[in-house]
Amino acid sequence: MNEMLSNSAYFGVAISIFAYWMACKIKEKWDFPILNPLLIAMLLLMGFLSVFKIDYETYDSGAKYITYLLTPATVCLAVPLYRQIQVLKKNITAVIVGVASGCLAHVGILAGIAYLLKTDSALLLSLLPKSVTTPIALGICGEIEGVAAITVIGVVVAGIMGAVFGPGIMKLWHITEPEAQGLGLGTASHAIGTSKAVELGEVQAATSSLAIVVAGIMTVVIVPIAVNALGL
Amino acid sequence: MKYLTQFGIIAGVSFAGELLNILLPFPVPASVYGLILLFLLLMMKIIPLENIEGAADFFLSIMPILFISPSVSLIASMEIMKDNAVALLLMIFLSTFVVTSVTALSAQTIIRSKRRKAKKQQDLQGGKVNE
Repeated sequence: MNEMLSNSAYFGVAISIFAYWMACKIKEKWDFPILNPLLIAMLLLMGFLSVFKIDYETYDSGAKYITYLLTPATVCLAVPLYRQIQVLKKNITAVIVGVASGCLAHVGILAGIAYLLKTDSALLLSLLPKSVTTPIALGICGEIEGVAAITVIGVVVAGIMGAVFGPGIMKLWHITEPEAQGLGLGTASHAIGTSKAVELGEVQAATSSLAIVVAGIMTVVIVPIAVNALGL
Repeated sequence: MKYLTQFGIIAGVSFAGELLNILLPFPVPASVYGLILLFLLLMMKIIPLENIEGAADFFLSIMPILFISPSVSLIASMEIMKDNAVALLLMIFLSTFVVTSVTALSAQTIIRSKRRKAKKQQDLQGGKVNE
């Protein structure tokens, strides 16, 4: 089975799109926030792969061509950024202060939990870069010698969590300003959070994609300093 | 022809991003260089928005699908997950919650206080009495 399918370039593409289509149908039928299409598609595919004993590598040999589009799609985030340039100019202080306090809080809370639970320092090191987009996170992870697989888990779970619970968190704190919503989603949940922000509106999409860039750059600077200061 | 040009521009900018990633010594991914580059090209009106809008909106609309495979890759890391599952999930959940909240709250506070100040000034200039 694995051998036959790994020779197919479209198996992974076809079942990924089919799983996402099914996930959207499920979401249409029961509209709970927890039913995030990406989350459902992920669980459907994980179930499918384990039931039929198909390796992730076999699946990814086709699905990687979808992931291949991630670079041009990220590049296109420049478009909502440009369309919303006036909004961004007006809120430059909010962007910088909001994203910076988010990045600092991220380091602080992680170090705090790691200290309380007395976890392995490798776990903390690997999670410190996790709120930014995968390629930046892996770059930082390499610099500070964390475990790449844990960083990827962190990035993906943080992203999906932002997409699933982000709107709920906004409700909890009465965050009604679209700029603030976008910044929160982008800073904590990078591009996956931004895919949710795109659904919320154009202003959210723009501020969220701006937050990916700003948070990415700030994290590149902050994390190595924090690692030094914490003596890891 | 219209879409050929649009996809061509996006592919070209992505390629330029890759070149910058290879040539410059910073841990910045190719896609982020590309994003900044395209943004600058739009700002400087070198590329008019119409020349890219259709293809860009297509990419933005399919974005969630592009994360499916990296998400499913969790299935290959189940062993690491099992050993540290509780600490790992607690750290990821709490930190994501805190970062989303802190960022959104501080941004909203600044946006609102700015608006209030602007309104105050406007009222003063208009000679109105503040309430």
